[in-house]
Amino acid sequence: MTDTSLRRRLHVYVLEAKYECIKQFRLPTHLIFALGFPLMFYTVFGLVFRRGGSDGNPYALQYIATYGAFGIFTAALYGFGVGVATERGQGWMLLKRASPMPPAAYFLAKLVTSLLSAAVIVVLLSASGVTLLGMRVSPLAWSEMAALLVLGATPFCAFGLAIGYWTGPNAAVAVVNLVAMPMALVSGLLIPLDVLPAFARTIARFLPGYHYSQLALTTIGRNDAGSTIGHVLMLGGFTAVSLALAYAGYRRDEDKTYG
Amino acid sequence: MTPAVAELRSASRRYGKVTALDRVDLAVVPGQVTALLGPNGAGKTTAVRLMLGLTQPTAGTARLFGLDPRDLLARQRVGVMLQVSKVPETLHVIEHVRLFSSYYPSPLPAGDIIALAGLSGLERRAFGKLSGGQQQRLLFALAICGDPEFLVLDEPTVGLDVETRRNFWSEMRRLVSRGRSLLLTTHYIEEADALADRVVILQDGRIIAAGTPAEIKARVAGRHIRCVTRLSDAQLTMIPGVRRVRHDRDAAVVVAVDVEPVVRELLARDASLSELEITRANLEDAFVELTDASPAETFAREAR
Repeated sequence: MTDTSLRRRLHVYVLEAKYECIKQFRLPTHLIFALGFPLMFYTVFGLVFRRGGSDGNPYALQYIATYGAFGIFTAALYGFGVGVATERGQGWMLLKRASPMPPAAYFLAKLVTSLLSAAVIVVLLSASGVTLLGMRVSPLAWSEMAALLVLGATPFCAFGLAIGYWTGPNAAVAVVNLVAMPMALVSGLLIPLDVLPAFARTIARFLPGYHYSQLALTTIGRNDAGSTIGHVLMLGGFTAVSLALAYAGYRRDEDKTYG
Repeated sequence: MTPAVAELRSASRRYGKVTALDRVDLAVVPGQVTALLGPNGAGKTTAVRLMLGLTQPTAGTARLFGLDPRDLLARQRVGVMLQVSKVPETLHVIEHVRLFSSYYPSPLPAGDIIALAGLSGLERRAFGKLSGGQQQRLLFALAICGDPEFLVLDEPTVGLDVETRRNFWSEMRRLVSRGRSLLLTTHYIEEADALADRVVILQDGRIIAAGTPAEIKARVAGRHIRCVTRLSDAQLTMIPGVRRVRHDRDAAVVVAVDVEPVVRELLARDASLSELEITRANLEDAFVELTDASPAETFAREAR
């Protein structure tokens, strides 16, 4: 392969990601629901449950791992689930598939967009934590948690993809809502786990949202139970199952008749 | 004969129990416009999808420039316009064009694409803010942006007004005069007649007729005698030389090869006969007779 053709190929991936980000960040619903809501939840609950002391309000950081996780996985489920279902339903994805676009570019662009949204959420929440909630945190500890939260969006992108292939544009919104909020609640992301009934904690161990936020909490030693490797394995398995489901949905899609 | 741009060889496609396409042989010849005609559900879209590698044939083969249609090297030589209801609405016209252009090795300059598609002045407008016709033109822009040798257009002028459609046709003729090949599916028989070098008529997943528009018209040999008459269908059919009788509103349309004796008989048998008109069969007549499609469906041309 010549140097120019390699550069041209890379250019496709870069442009695809760039325009996917622009497309998503121009959507008012994305700004309000995916980015605005987590910030609002975090700030309001952070202020309500403020238990600051001389140590710089450790709860402010802990809430980033929970409200942040909630916001990020909801955004990832929306971005992929509703995005793919909509573009599939409108015939746009078919046109993309007929074009010489490398298929991976489409999915990587959506992944990059979701990770960028995750990073924006972490930064917004952290800014609110530092300015409004009196959060003090070392750059190193913050970076570790931020990186985990951002990369941890990936399994939810995979699950969103499966939703996108198995539902239509309208159903996708409903399914994402049905999944995101209950999962956040039972995983202890909205209310601390120890306040929830025992059975909720049992269910939580099977939910990716739980393992995701626990991983983030591990970085500040405020995790519930279970080993880091256990959380990673659960998330890895969840990703694999989601991708398999998405692939099955893609095959089903190809077999559908369009007259 | 030059190798085909795109080819289906004995291609079949079943969806569950439904056979959408049944052992179809179809080749798009370089430098020609091929029109796929057929009633709804005839298999036009399936044929296009097979040629583009969007669906795999359940039997037979599909080839694009001699390659598997899924090969990006084949797809880089094709521009495609499908029936897409919406494209991402927040991106601007120029952004869509730039992104699609990046998929091709030697795209046309963005300015040329915009001008060719008649979108000048709308570069910075979001797709969601375009009118229906402008949206259709953007989809056309995406089809031509890679300067493709082969254009596939699935119902390209649906919903366009008559004037825009005619402009579109002249644009198509210009592309073909530059050596491009074109495959289009259409509901508008007039469109096929105006553009196509070759017409392929599909029905129930099979090719029932193929040839130049002139050849297709010749298949329904004869002329049409249109008149308002008191004679019943049975009486009309009994006149020697009458091949078929159908009705068009309050008039009878009598088809005959040798019309003059039939006209003489008609006038002799019905003194009150009026509104007499004799025409050659056009492509639309041929289509209706070949497919037996309901006129309501196929005649809904300029009304849209």
